[in-house]
Amino acid sequence: MILQRTLTRLLTMIATLFGVAVVVFVVIRIAPGDPIAMMLPPGASQADIDRLRALYGLDKSLIEQFVIWLSGVVHGDFGTSISLRQNVLGLVLGRLPATLELSIFALLIALAIGLPLAVLGARERGTAVEAGIDVANGVALSIPDFLWGLVLILLFGVLMPVFEISGRVSPQLDLPFTTNFYLFESIVRLRFDLTANLLGHMFMPALALALPLAAIIAQLLKQSLKELLTLDYMVLARVKGFSETQVILREGLKNAALPTLTLVGVQFTFLIGGTVIVERLFSYEGLGNMAIDAVVNRDLPLIQGIVLVFALLFVVINLAVDMAYALLNPRLRHG
Amino acid sequence: MSTPCLEIESLSATLANGVRVLRSVSLTVEPGEVRALVGESGAGKSMIGKAVLGVLPPSIRVVEGRITLEGTDLGNLSPRASRALIGARTALIPQDPLTALNPSRRIGPQMTDRLVRILGWDSAKADRRIRKLLDDVRIREPDRVLRCYPHELSGGMRQRVLIAAAFAAEPRLIVADEPTTALDVTVQKQILRLIAELQREHGTAILFVTHDLGVVAKISQKVTVLYAGKVVEQADTAALFAAPQHAYTRALMAATPRYTDPMASLRPVDEAVLAGLSAEIATADRNWKPNTKGSGHD
Repeated sequence: MILQRTLTRLLTMIATLFGVAVVVFVVIRIAPGDPIAMMLPPGASQADIDRLRALYGLDKSLIEQFVIWLSGVVHGDFGTSISLRQNVLGLVLGRLPATLELSIFALLIALAIGLPLAVLGARERGTAVEAGIDVANGVALSIPDFLWGLVLILLFGVLMPVFEISGRVSPQLDLPFTTNFYLFESIVRLRFDLTANLLGHMFMPALALALPLAAIIAQLLKQSLKELLTLDYMVLARVKGFSETQVILREGLKNAALPTLTLVGVQFTFLIGGTVIVERLFSYEGLGNMAIDAVVNRDLPLIQGIVLVFALLFVVINLAVDMAYALLNPRLRHG
Repeated sequence: MSTPCLEIESLSATLANGVRVLRSVSLTVEPGEVRALVGESGAGKSMIGKAVLGVLPPSIRVVEGRITLEGTDLGNLSPRASRALIGARTALIPQDPLTALNPSRRIGPQMTDRLVRILGWDSAKADRRIRKLLDDVRIREPDRVLRCYPHELSGGMRQRVLIAAAFAAEPRLIVADEPTTALDVTVQKQILRLIAELQREHGTAILFVTHDLGVVAKISQKVTVLYAGKVVEQADTAALFAAPQHAYTRALMAATPRYTDPMASLRPVDEAVLAGLSAEIATADRNWKPNTKGSGHD
């Protein structure tokens, strides 16, 4: 039963990734813009163009190209970047940790803002406090992440320069890291000076990504909590002598988290999508920033590699959400 | 005479639009006594229970009256202090055992949390206590039940769990809010017998909310008959069944199905009686003004 479910799940994931691969492969080859033309100086001879085209396999038919690329991917060879002339897999894996750290930090910020607001709003339901939270949520939600980025740069980069506005880490620092998970490694190695520097760079892009998600969490969780608050077991908890905050935290939060969780999973994938522009805005050296370069340079193998990695991330996040859902809901676990 | 366990004096409550839902209700529950609160749906009987426990929904406002728990006027306490007192002295046996347990928490912690976190018992003592009470309510596999999630137990089992939890902290007063209504008939009898048994053993006073006169006769010593949020008649249970004084009480009794003559007794309460009561209530409402601020529960 469980084996069958896992297998179905795995096959669905592979089908999803294959679908994404097909769509990306076809779309970027149909879209205007010729990578070869961008590599050669103006006035290059047709013979040179043909030679280069043959070198990158672009003279073959679309289906042939796809089969060659896919069989490479299956063996872990994502091809060579046209603009950077390096192995695509190496480039993508080198940048992925930066984006992962940024996204997860943003998710934590969103939870740190959204959860307390939801609990406070549910406790103070029907009061001016709740109305204030609703207004703040509306504002946070209706301004997109890259605009929040600009607002934050103005506030904390220009008017009150407390945070770094560009890059991942100060370039003059000596980095003792062996992986590209700088933030994680700085904590493990107890180099909190570096942690502080990394967070100083990461804070504003992460906050920009987090604000809309925080608003969604606050709004949705508050609503679920309010619906739960009139249920009998909540009333019983009040009769037992628990305070309203205790009732919400002990009896409500876990049950209210279920509907919120699914949406947070979906929204988190949007957040990762948002890193593309926000990383660019803050010159943060992550995958998203590289994606924009790849698109600008018509670097077909690199675009394909990046998109596939993003797709893999989304699929994994969805899987994690489903597993967390089963973990939180005893009826699913035993049923 | 000793201090009453619960004393409600002239309690009135309204909806947000000013419509009265409780009309100067007064009643007392003596220590160790079971008082049934009987009436049709919508008579406000559950509301009185909720008012006593301080869990009225926000749409209902107490506008007048006083609730005194073992000599302490709840209206004189801060919300926090009144909640602490209610938590320490009272318990609730809820109506629907299917919704009164948190679906995502195991039975064990749901039964012990009040003992440990509110009353400050150590967890071993709380555990012993809960097991003793599970035994009292005839639950034979306490280990399994305590580890269960609510959905793994039947409705009757859940109600037993809730009854055991209610008696566990030795409350002075239990509000039983139609505790058998959501159960099927065979289980109803067992549950009623368990409550009666535990009540005698512990000497707990119970405010027993029900619409079922059969239940009233079985479990209570005193009875208060309610219609449209107004007390119609109060008496010893035996006296009430022997000689109901008010026309509405008599009509209510006549409307209760009997095994001997089911068809004849299945008739609604006489229109004339209800019309008379409604007119009486309308006159009273016209002349009514709340004379004090409410009793702190709003």
